Amino acid sequence: MTDMTANGPQQASESPPFDFHVVEDDHAHEHHETGTMLGFWLYLMSDCLLFGILFAVHAVLGQSYAAGPSPADLFEIELVLVSTFMLLFSSITYGFAMIAMQQGSKVGTQAWLAVTGVFGLAFLGLSIYEFEHLWHIGATPMASAALSSFWLLVGTHGLHVAAGAIWLVVLLAQVQIHGLTHENKRRIACLSLFWHFLDLIWIAVFSFVYLTGVLL
Amino acid sequence: MSDQAHGSLKSYGVGFALSVVLTLIPFGLVLGGALEDNVGWAIAIIFLFGGAQIMVHVYYFLHVTLGAEDGWQAMSLAFTGVLLVIILAGSIWVMFHLEENMMPAHELIERVEQLP
Repeated sequence: MTDMTANGPQQASESPPFDFHVVEDDHAHEHHETGTMLGFWLYLMSDCLLFGILFAVHAVLGQSYAAGPSPADLFEIELVLVSTFMLLFSSITYGFAMIAMQQGSKVGTQAWLAVTGVFGLAFLGLSIYEFEHLWHIGATPMASAALSSFWLLVGTHGLHVAAGAIWLVVLLAQVQIHGLTHENKRRIACLSLFWHFLDLIWIAVFSFVYLTGVLL
Repeated sequence: MSDQAHGSLKSYGVGFALSVVLTLIPFGLVLGGALEDNVGWAIAIIFLFGGAQIMVHVYYFLHVTLGAEDGWQAMSLAFTGVLLVIILAGSIWVMFHLEENMMPAHELIERVEQLP
């Protein structure tokens, strides 16, 4: 810590210790803005490839039940429909948060972000309920190759939503402390891409894993 | 980014309405038990609606346009799409043929057992 303050005395004097809110130079705003958004977009594309590989694994192994339970025995489509709508509602409420942010309404942005978080937590709660139920009846990842790939794919999506929810809470705190600054607006826009992207992946999950799974 | 890139109330509303319709139809198809005797068509319809909803999300929620980020956003999306097609189609193709070539083992055992 002493080394850091010795190396950058101006920075240390500007912001108190343990304040992770980085203030940027004014002249760099325009260039950094597009750079960050495009960079984050490229991250999402790499994440998309990660999910693509998991989908490929499930496509190959999805029928290998090893005499265990099949999707038609396990999945409750009504529950999946409710989960789907939780994510879809959270997508539209995030859209409302973006609109409130454009209008410069701090309270509106926070309120809609909080509503988005509630829908996200509802989705996570339903996911945990489903996983717990599957584990309880013995449909664990160890039961068959099909279930291994199912747990891996849906679990990875769930972890992404959980990470998004944590990010959302951090952003709510940032907005509360620092307001709708340029940096916070950019962060909210990045999380917007992330959140909508997770909803997009979920479309592929429910179409391919659940709906097609129970038909085959 | 311009304000237009973040979308308006109307664009989010249209995207949401389309998503609801495109979600309910495939779920209704499975829950209602329609096309139960024709699984191939049912799966084709599910994939068609899923693909359509992904397009709706990309356009109305992620706001991808050909002009955004000097075209690099759409370009990287198209590149990712090509890679996904190669990964998915390639995996399914290769593994299906592998499985098919492994199949005779079972028949071979029976044939050997029936040898005089």
